[in-house]
Amino acid sequence: MSVEQTVKMPAAPRFARLRTFLDGDLVYGFLRTPSAVISAIVLLVIALTAIAAPLLSPQDPYDLTQLYLDKAELPPIWTAEGQAPYLLGTDVQGRDIFSAILYGSRISLMIGFASVIVSVMIGIVVGLTSGYVGGRIDNLLMRIGDLVLSIPTLLVAILVSAIFRELLPVSMRDAFTPVILTTSIAITSWVQYARIVRASTMVEARKEYVLAARILRLPPLRIMLTHILPNVMTAVLVTATLNLGLAILAEATLSFLGVGMPVTQPSLGTLIRIGNQYFFSGSWWVVLFPALQLSLIILAVNLLGDWLRDALNPKLR
Amino acid sequence: MKSFLKTSVACIAALTLTTFSAAAENVLKWGAQRDVVSLDPYSYGDTFTIAVLNHVYEGLVRYDDNLQIAPALATSWEVVSPTLWRFHLRQGVTFHDGAPFTADDVLASLTRVSDPASPLRGNLPAYQSAKKIDDFTVEVTTTPNYPLLLNDLTNIVIFDKEWLVANKAEAPTDVGKGVEGYATAHANGTGPFKVVSRKPDAETVFEVNKAWWDKPRHNIDKIVFTPITSAATRVAALLSGEIDFTNSAPLQDIPRLQASSDIKVLASNELRTVFFVFNRTDKTIASDITDKNPMNDIKVRQAMYQSIDIDALQKKVMRGLSRNTGSMVAPAIPGYVEALDSRLPYDPDAAKKLLAEAGYPNGFTFSFVCENDGYVNEEEICQAVSSMWARVGLKATLDVAPTSLQTAKFESGKFDVGILGWANEPMIDSYSILVQVVHSKTGTSGVFNWGGWKYPEVDALIDAAGKELDREKRLDFQSEALTKIKDDVAFLPLHQQPMAWATGSKVESLVQLTDNKPRHWLTKMK
Repeated sequence: MSVEQTVKMPAAPRFARLRTFLDGDLVYGFLRTPSAVISAIVLLVIALTAIAAPLLSPQDPYDLTQLYLDKAELPPIWTAEGQAPYLLGTDVQGRDIFSAILYGSRISLMIGFASVIVSVMIGIVVGLTSGYVGGRIDNLLMRIGDLVLSIPTLLVAILVSAIFRELLPVSMRDAFTPVILTTSIAITSWVQYARIVRASTMVEARKEYVLAARILRLPPLRIMLTHILPNVMTAVLVTATLNLGLAILAEATLSFLGVGMPVTQPSLGTLIRIGNQYFFSGSWWVVLFPALQLSLIILAVNLLGDWLRDALNPKLR
Repeated sequence: MKSFLKTSVACIAALTLTTFSAAAENVLKWGAQRDVVSLDPYSYGDTFTIAVLNHVYEGLVRYDDNLQIAPALATSWEVVSPTLWRFHLRQGVTFHDGAPFTADDVLASLTRVSDPASPLRGNLPAYQSAKKIDDFTVEVTTTPNYPLLLNDLTNIVIFDKEWLVANKAEAPTDVGKGVEGYATAHANGTGPFKVVSRKPDAETVFEVNKAWWDKPRHNIDKIVFTPITSAATRVAALLSGEIDFTNSAPLQDIPRLQASSDIKVLASNELRTVFFVFNRTDKTIASDITDKNPMNDIKVRQAMYQSIDIDALQKKVMRGLSRNTGSMVAPAIPGYVEALDSRLPYDPDAAKKLLAEAGYPNGFTFSFVCENDGYVNEEEICQAVSSMWARVGLKATLDVAPTSLQTAKFESGKFDVGILGWANEPMIDSYSILVQVVHSKTGTSGVFNWGGWKYPEVDALIDAAGKELDREKRLDFQSEALTKIKDDVAFLPLHQQPMAWATGSKVESLVQLTDNKPRHWLTKMK
């Protein structure tokens, strides 16, 4: 018999909860912060268009049969040589920039989210164990974390993705690249979460409610997951939001350096890499629009993360 | 206080001195599209690497400003018998470390390059043995009536024997197989420049060799060679004056470079023909067809050929600067005949039909190995061709990476379709491509026979050409061999690639020949 079960939920709990949430400080603060509202809208639009890319884009940039060289390097539609349906022009292979951006954002967001989720999960497991168990295990896990942090993130990511790439047979390489990228970014960024979770766990573990749970002889796993974890999640969520931008940027950097998404399935970073080669020749649209989209995503995520950090930090209220 | 004053005065003096000498020095900053694969000129048959290393090492003979063979470390030579050549060596030549150049050095170098493990042995196919007559006379034995020994020797540079022995570098190195040695990172030649420092993929510095035997026509004191892989960065570096010369100006940026008053662009067609090669063994490398190799069917190869829209490729990817070709050699290469130059027409419907006849109505997948820093706009070519192939059902898995990674895949045959460009250098004769690429792998022949193709009739013709001193007869054999491989679509020729160099304001004049090799010992700076 645990404490929660004795509390009776009010009728129609779902709506009531929503009501409380909407009336709460968080939503009030959110609506009062224009930068947060605009960021959220921008992010929502980008995410929705990315998800609906196959419906919105005039061309499937991954389907090589749809790329025609005679439509290559067309400028955006509002210039004199622009052609429908190539809204933002085409690159040197005849790839529609607009479609490529939608598909590219999809990959960038997907890899960004996935790597943050994976690293948060690793971080939580390591942090909880470390903070709750303590002693030698704590020491061991934290030293491993220090080791990971001592090598520059990008270097590790390049190394990991290069190794995975060479291990896979050629025919499977392209299909597995997103997984490889996610892993290589996650491997390098879990330490931050682990440290935050460990620190909060150590604080929480000494509080009375944990003590009470211990006296009730609840198994440690249950104490960690149902008692401590909900109380350390706030800090993790804030960091995760802020790190989402970094993760997307890391993917773009890897692709820009040529160890990320292949040219046949370009992410935003790959598009910027391709476009960069044509910057001096006057084809500015090939690099400008993907770069704008990337900046927009990162800016929106960061502004949202900043607001969330302030809103959830009682000291700043 | 006194000592402090002294040191500061000394420091200031030293600083002024260095600035003075720096101002007086002519430094040529060379931004290349990639690094040399090694400092050992025998480590891989790569024209660009050998061209850069020709500033440091020299052969017995060399090409002059008109691509005619001229004496270098040998002053004269005579043919004693159909199998025996005698070379008289230049006296008073020293290596960069001060050691004198003698017949022993020639023998050591020839032994090293003809070693069975040497990747460059194919560049000297007729070599049998060499003998020292005296310190400055060497006799070379070849296969009977071999016509192109001097052409070959322009590429065979001479090492110092004592240096090789002292550094245990007698065994050849091989970039493709990852075999390295002392000569990979160190150099000691007789050439106009010497290597003073080397950081692979970052910077290699050459300094003028004041003791060079030839009268210098250049006025360069130092060459700083920096690989800049990104085309845009290279252009930016040139525009900002950070580099004075690039041997690889991106085609798409030529108009922008020409618009700048300081920059001169030298663009024309080079001798190099770029073509696709096929894996011709029994098994595919990465394909959904595993029981046999579709590339062994001429219909499949022809389908691949006919689905390439070469005009679109020329116009868009090559910016109208390449020369479309059906021939494996450029018109300037002896052995070329006009009939070879006609291409199979671009016809995707015919290609689909051919594929259906071959038993692949829905096409198949295969690996397509390309580099991104080898030939002009190589990555773009491979991407564009992949999408042309995709339209007839041929699904290429494009594997693009730098030359340093792909060379090993090519040499070990780990590709279904690959790309190769052959300039027939240094021979400047179609015998070069025939013996090194087309011929099956036997002895010194077929070093670049990556896919294991075999044409006994063609081999016989090439062997016959290698023993024929009569030029007309020899070229007939070679043209016939080229025709036979063309008829079987053994390779898929694309174009003779353009070459584009660009110089900044500090360069007064330089020599650009069709072999696309920078020769800075002929470069004048302002």
